[in-house]
Amino acid sequence: MREKLIEKGLLLVAFSAVAMIFLIAYFIFREGVPLVAKVGVWDFIASTRWSPGKGQFGILPMIVGSVEVTILAVIIGASLGLSCAMFLAEFAPRWSVRILKPMIELLAGIPSVVYGFIGVVVLVPWIRRAFGGPGFSVLASAVILGIMILPTVIAISLDALHAVPPLYKEGSLALGATRWQTLYRVQLPAARSGIIAAFILGMGRAVGETMAVIMVAGNALTMPTSLLQPVRTLTSNIALEMGYASGDHQAALFATGMVLFVIIAILNTAALIVTRRRT
Amino acid sequence: MVVRPLVWQRIVWVGLAAMTLFTLVVLFFIIGFITSKGAHVITPEFLFGMPERMGKEGGILPTVIATIYISLLAIAIATPIGVGSAVYLTEYTRESAITRVIRFGADALAGVPSIIFGLFGFILFVIRLRMGWSLAAGGLTLAFMILPTIIRTSEEAIRAVPYNLREVSYSLGGAKSQTIARVVLPNALPGILTGVILGMGRSVAETAATIFTAGSSLLIPRSLFDPARTMAVHFYILAREGLSMERAYGTALMLIVSILLINVVAYSLMFRLTKKMR
Repeated sequence: MREKLIEKGLLLVAFSAVAMIFLIAYFIFREGVPLVAKVGVWDFIASTRWSPGKGQFGILPMIVGSVEVTILAVIIGASLGLSCAMFLAEFAPRWSVRILKPMIELLAGIPSVVYGFIGVVVLVPWIRRAFGGPGFSVLASAVILGIMILPTVIAISLDALHAVPPLYKEGSLALGATRWQTLYRVQLPAARSGIIAAFILGMGRAVGETMAVIMVAGNALTMPTSLLQPVRTLTSNIALEMGYASGDHQAALFATGMVLFVIIAILNTAALIVTRRRT
Repeated sequence: MVVRPLVWQRIVWVGLAAMTLFTLVVLFFIIGFITSKGAHVITPEFLFGMPERMGKEGGILPTVIATIYISLLAIAIATPIGVGSAVYLTEYTRESAITRVIRFGADALAGVPSIIFGLFGFILFVIRLRMGWSLAAGGLTLAFMILPTIIRTSEEAIRAVPYNLREVSYSLGGAKSQTIARVVLPNALPGILTGVILGMGRSVAETAATIFTAGSSLLIPRSLFDPARTMAVHFYILAREGLSMERAYGTALMLIVSILLINVVAYSLMFRLTKKMR
């Protein structure tokens, strides 16, 4: 009897994560949906005018900004991250992997505000000097985000490479292929789904990152047409205006969060589908 | 010209090594840069002094206290839920539709951006439940955020406990709950602690979710329902509003040092655990 009760209690506790995700979705959508209904779905996501004072809530520039910054960040983070993962998995001596892996994990522990700050005091002035423009830009945000998603990309693609059965590698080496040929033609294709999942999850982190982006993006409310122009992402729009917004304006920020939530849900589902296919 | 495979491998080796080196250089640069600019700011007066003129002068004591309170609160709420979930997933069920749903929930929660947690915590705890900007609202929000980390690490730790330990307990007449409480959990403790400490590190580092739930008052919080400003939020405000670069570097260094310490403790626990298993 007592044992049954404990089991039921634990089941209830175990469902709390599920309950939380629904609770979060419910509260964000409850605040956001009425506003989107009021201004119209199309005017909300396809209008370029955001001026809460006049009741105009178009978030297209921020959607474009988020997409631009994220894609560029993933290109940077994925190429660097996969290189690190390949090096650690196959080429680096054992003893060095034992030191290097925890160090790269430390990168994940550095608070996002610190990344943003480094961006402001180092990267932004450098971009201003080297390429002109204000420095606060799509490029600066993408570089900072690219570095921030490295630990995610490295850890997951390293796991994927390690999960490839050693027989594949041994077979290829026995046929006389070099270690690089084996890695490139056998191990990488075999680990493909895990590596793609790593990129998608890295993308999720980049879309959702807020504080670092606010600090280096410049946050201008225009359509970004060049990499050197300032940009405002969905996340920074929320964080910048949440402090003083009220009424419809506040609801519009929740609606922005709603769009973000949907994007993240799509990315996570994609990652899940990609990895599921393997098994 | 055809490059011979072994030569090609050499070239690739150098390229990949350079990329890895670059990643490490970035890490060392960030830590070195903040340390070199912030080290001289850190004095007893800075750590234990009250801030003056909005943080332009004086110390950061209230933010240190707020950070400790809020991260302890977050792990105090998230640990029982997380460990309970992990116990259920490992000891009470096999892989089934139920476990898939629970795992999906935890994974989905892990992917939610911190700003969404901030929005959610603001509307539910601060507004609807009338907690106002407070330690309680901030701690609850962060608990939601770190729950997936704690579930995942606890689950791994519990799974790593050898099955025959459980059998010994059963053979001595131990009930399932007794076996879990007295045999499984004590053996899984280092692994569970790793997750809890990592969750604490995330709470200390978090800004977006805390600033809209705990607020940014510079007073020392005296109760659960007082607003508070954590170190991360303080640093963000100092840097963004250009109040004091000196103090910003000092606060950043304090943040990095505390998180590095927290993570080193967590990883050394994990390292000891994996060594014991071999």
